[in-house]
Amino acid sequence: MSAKIEYRQNKLVVMLDGEIDHHTASLIRMGIDDAILKKRPDILILDFGGVTFMDSSGIGLVMGRYKLMKTIGGKITVQNLSPSAYRVMKLAGLERLGEIRQKEVC
Amino acid sequence: MKIINELKMTIDSKSVNESFSRVAVSAFASCLDPTVEELTDIRTAVSEAVTNCIVHGYKQSFGKIYITVSICENRLVRIKIRDKGCGIEDISKAMTPLFTTAGGERAGLGFAVMESFTDKVKVSSAPGKGTTVTLYKHVGGKE
Repeated sequence: MSAKIEYRQNKLVVMLDGEIDHHTASLIRMGIDDAILKKRPDILILDFGGVTFMDSSGIGLVMGRYKLMKTIGGKITVQNLSPSAYRVMKLAGLERLGEIRQKEVC
Repeated sequence: MKIINELKMTIDSKSVNESFSRVAVSAFASCLDPTVEELTDIRTAVSEAVTNCIVHGYKQSFGKIYITVSICENRLVRIKIRDKGCGIEDISKAMTPLFTTAGGERAGLGFAVMESFTDKVKVSSAPGKGTTVTLYKHVGGKE
């Protein structure tokens, strides 16, 4: 599991890669939070394009970042979810918190 | 329920083993030639159950997690995941979506995910003795 973080034009883009579970989520959370607090972006984009597995720990990862973005007055977008990751996010009703986009099928 | 093939394994309640346990269970179930979606369903549900053993069953302590995967007649996969941890006082409350005792970033959706990704989830538990979660999943396969 890795997270590549890029900042451009008030947007913080986090490219997630690998498997997200309770073990790996705890490893990447701090790096993302550090970048949010340092850059204070308007929008946080969590890109799940490289995520090969996700359980409900992914919900916690999004919820936690949503709360942090809210404290600095920013928004969150979750994109490129696989069909099963999208199903998990929908179970949590996360579409109420921000924009959630499935992976585009070509 | 006639069992055709069975796997038993015991792992330490370490979060690093979450990945191994879900991959091992889905690899064993792959003898039924399931679809990619069905394998993902099994992996996701197992990941939730094993995480519950680690986060809730054993909390700050360590113990063993006992996993039995039974391939049954009619393409049924039965997965029992047992811990000898603290047990659950109120099972229906624990299974209520968004309810969690863990705090932090646990969403309280572990059982909701298990129920959504399998056909049936059974939970038996005794406070102080442990919890057994049994997942049932029919695998249609690529027919």
